Amino acid sequence: MARIEFQGVAHSYGPSPAAPEDYALQPSDLHWDDGGAYALLGPSGSGKTTLLNVISGLVRPSKGRILFDGSDVTGLSTAQRNIAQVFQFPVIYDTMTVFDNLAFPLRNRGVREPEVQRRVGEVAELLDLSGDLKRRASGLAADAKQKISLGRGLVRSDVAAILFDEPLTVIDPHLKWSLRLKLKQIHQELKLTLIYVTHDQAEALTFADRVVVLSEGRAVQVGSPTELFERPAHTFVGHFIGSPGMNLLPCELDGDGVRIDGFSIPVAPARLERARRASGELILGIRPEFVRFRAQASAESLAAEVTAVEDLGKYKIATARLGRHLVRAKLKEDARIAPGPGWLVFPPEWTLLYAGGSVLE
Amino acid sequence: MNVRWRIAALVAYLVVLMLPIYWMLNMSLRDNYDIMSQLALAPLHPTLHNYAVILTDPAWYLGYVNSFAYVSMNTVITLVVALPAAYAFSRFRFVGDKHLFFWLLTNRMAPAAVFLLPVFELYSTLGLIDHYIAVALAHTLFNVPLAVWILEGFMSGVPREIDETAFIDGYSLPRFFLTVFIPLIRAGVGVTAFFCFMFSWVELLFARTLTITEAKPIAAVMTRTVSASGLDWGLLAAAGILTIVPGALVIYFVRNYIAKGFALGRV
Amino acid sequence: MLKPFDNRAWLLVLPVFALVAFNAIIPLMTVVNYSVQDVFDATHRTFVGADWYRAMLRNSRLHSALGRQFLFSALVLLIELPLGVGIALVMPRKGGWATSLTMVLVALPLLIPWNVIGTIWVVFLRPDIGLLGHFIDHTLGIHFDYPTVPMQAWISVVLMEAWHWTPLVALLAYAGLRAIPPAYYQAARIDGASGWAVFRYIELPKMRGVLTIAVLLRFMDSFLIYTEPFVLTGGGPGDSTTFLSIYLVKLAIGEFDVGSAGAFSVIYFLIVLALSYVFYQALQRVGTGEAK
Repeated sequence: MARIEFQGVAHSYGPSPAAPEDYALQPSDLHWDDGGAYALLGPSGSGKTTLLNVISGLVRPSKGRILFDGSDVTGLSTAQRNIAQVFQFPVIYDTMTVFDNLAFPLRNRGVREPEVQRRVGEVAELLDLSGDLKRRASGLAADAKQKISLGRGLVRSDVAAILFDEPLTVIDPHLKWSLRLKLKQIHQELKLTLIYVTHDQAEALTFADRVVVLSEGRAVQVGSPTELFERPAHTFVGHFIGSPGMNLLPCELDGDGVRIDGFSIPVAPARLERARRASGELILGIRPEFVRFRAQASAESLAAEVTAVEDLGKYKIATARLGRHLVRAKLKEDARIAPGPGWLVFPPEWTLLYAGGSVLE
Repeated sequence: MNVRWRIAALVAYLVVLMLPIYWMLNMSLRDNYDIMSQLALAPLHPTLHNYAVILTDPAWYLGYVNSFAYVSMNTVITLVVALPAAYAFSRFRFVGDKHLFFWLLTNRMAPAAVFLLPVFELYSTLGLIDHYIAVALAHTLFNVPLAVWILEGFMSGVPREIDETAFIDGYSLPRFFLTVFIPLIRAGVGVTAFFCFMFSWVELLFARTLTITEAKPIAAVMTRTVSASGLDWGLLAAAGILTIVPGALVIYFVRNYIAKGFALGRV
Repeated sequence: MLKPFDNRAWLLVLPVFALVAFNAIIPLMTVVNYSVQDVFDATHRTFVGADWYRAMLRNSRLHSALGRQFLFSALVLLIELPLGVGIALVMPRKGGWATSLTMVLVALPLLIPWNVIGTIWVVFLRPDIGLLGHFIDHTLGIHFDYPTVPMQAWISVVLMEAWHWTPLVALLAYAGLRAIPPAYYQAARIDGASGWAVFRYIELPKMRGVLTIAVLLRFMDSFLIYTEPFVLTGGGPGDSTTFLSIYLVKLAIGEFDVGSAGAFSVIYFLIVLALSYVFYQALQRVGTGEAK
């Protein structure tokens, strides 16, 4: 297991990058702690796979250094870095049995056969593949094949980190859950450093201890799922995470709070202070989960017109018009709400302000 | 594999491959007397005389015209009949479909020698001997099955949802086929045209048997270079080189798809 | 997803069926006709039943030709398959001018009219005006005269055939190689696999489909070969390079023995049919297993 550090790492696929747009990966000093479970989350083209390949060594970064436990591995090949990678579709050696597939990395490194037997047995046990060891790998289902891919990484006891590039893409939905559970279980038992790339926020938030949100080659926020949810550092994070995403409403400073289309909304003093000193467009952000709905007016309520209510079983999503803007609220399944006039409350502790895209805290 | 070894091996193979062709080129640039008198690795007094003869003497250049004529006709006919058929195989099941497909394949594998005499008699009865259409039609025997195979392979790569969407949008089958489907498989059409060209251009047995003078392909003309002083090697070589040129051009245009086409679209 | 059943598809297939049937069934019927009759001239024919067949099946020249044919096809496969795969492995895969040039050069022999191929090699192998012939005869000191020495004739024909058709195998293998997703190579690097292991466990298995096509295409086509060896050796010296098609044409057109030729044709065609069936089955498995 290793602690992985980036020092000024950046990558461009073109020959002579000049402007920031030429970089697939913007310069960064990210780090991954030993034994942590990380998710790299972002839309397509955000640089997640590039980042992963830079860590694994399949891509040599245009700039910067990569350190594993303090030693510079930038010049080392993938095999030398002791990385394991699981790809989007199962990559197995069709002509070999499951056993031979798992044994392959060990045999290539000259490990003695008794040791190979032992390690493969252990890993097969862990992945519930023990019964299939003698079978031809090509005959198994996609999820079993992905487990074999994973297993080839686990057999190497000195593996520095296991990297996953959207590994559940070809798995049937009802099997995704059990595979995710298995990954979590492995993480808890073996305390490996796991780095998981995905564009699916649900996957990221359930799998990882810490999530790196990427947009256009830049790590926009690194934090725990809770932090990302409650305190998105960037409007992008607010919008990307959560379903539906955060409500983002342009606003102006107005005395003790902010004003949106004539509505006054109170804001925590600290944030207000920062907003006064900030420049750039001011945006108010509040998650639908935190927007409160009242059937009658109250002290801080805002008069709105509810235009639609979607009943999604466990919860309801209401869309309301506040002035010229649409606000979404996520309410409990038993909430009493119907299209028509209503009142919204934005609790100040959940009301965030953003200037130039970044949160003001 | 070490990169330098790879390049060395590749270059060695390409040199060996090109050697016989180079030798022809060498000879085509020398006159016959020069060739017979000494062996030279490169022409000492290169001359374009042989090429001039071929390009100006109708007895020669008509041979090329003829070859082009029936090859083009064959390609067009093959594509026109094979496209709908391939579509049928790709999209539908019908009575006898598997047997039909297999039967087509057997024709690709048919020994020309078996068909030679009877085909000659058949076309003779129809009065088609020495016309381009005779060779063009005869070549469809093996080109059409191949075309159907290749096109079906490419067509099956297009999801049927596209067809269904078009039909829902009100396209008739012909309109959909011409304006939507064919553009999607144009690589396949290009590859098929290439193979039709290739197999028709190189085939000699039918081409020679079904023609006498008017439609004689260049390949058959070449065998007529015997004169009183024996075979004119320079002229023969130049004619040969000129038969390679069209092929080289065609390969260049479809180079990105050749490999996939050879695999009958199944890669 | 199962394809819908619709017999109207026959309308789409009809032109193909008609065209191929015209060129195939009518001549075949003629051939069968000849094979069961003794034809003296246009008006004098007698039905002789299976006589020609019996004679052909006992014909020693046919047996020799068949034996030579199998030997030839086997040699062809033994040389062209490994060589073709080897070339595919060293062909550039990145795209760009090097790849284009290589493709054009490698594919070139396949586009030369077959008799020109024969002619090229006739010239190339002549001791007086041919580079290779001269080299063998003068520089290596071996008396090279393939029109009269059977072994030399065989070597020449096999060499010419390999030169001509190895590119087909190479292009097929190349197509198979290029279709391998890079992730496999990446995984192999991660697993620390050697170049040989990559070939054996990734490249070769993934080329299974195209190699099947290659084996079957090359075997079938070499089984039917006519023009190139005919131009080079005429089937000689004597009968030493007379393969099946060459023998058949000799019978039908050279000796005007249409009865024998007819029976031979039918037998020949049945052999080809049987082999085609094997081809077809293998290809179906390839299609369903790999690409689809």
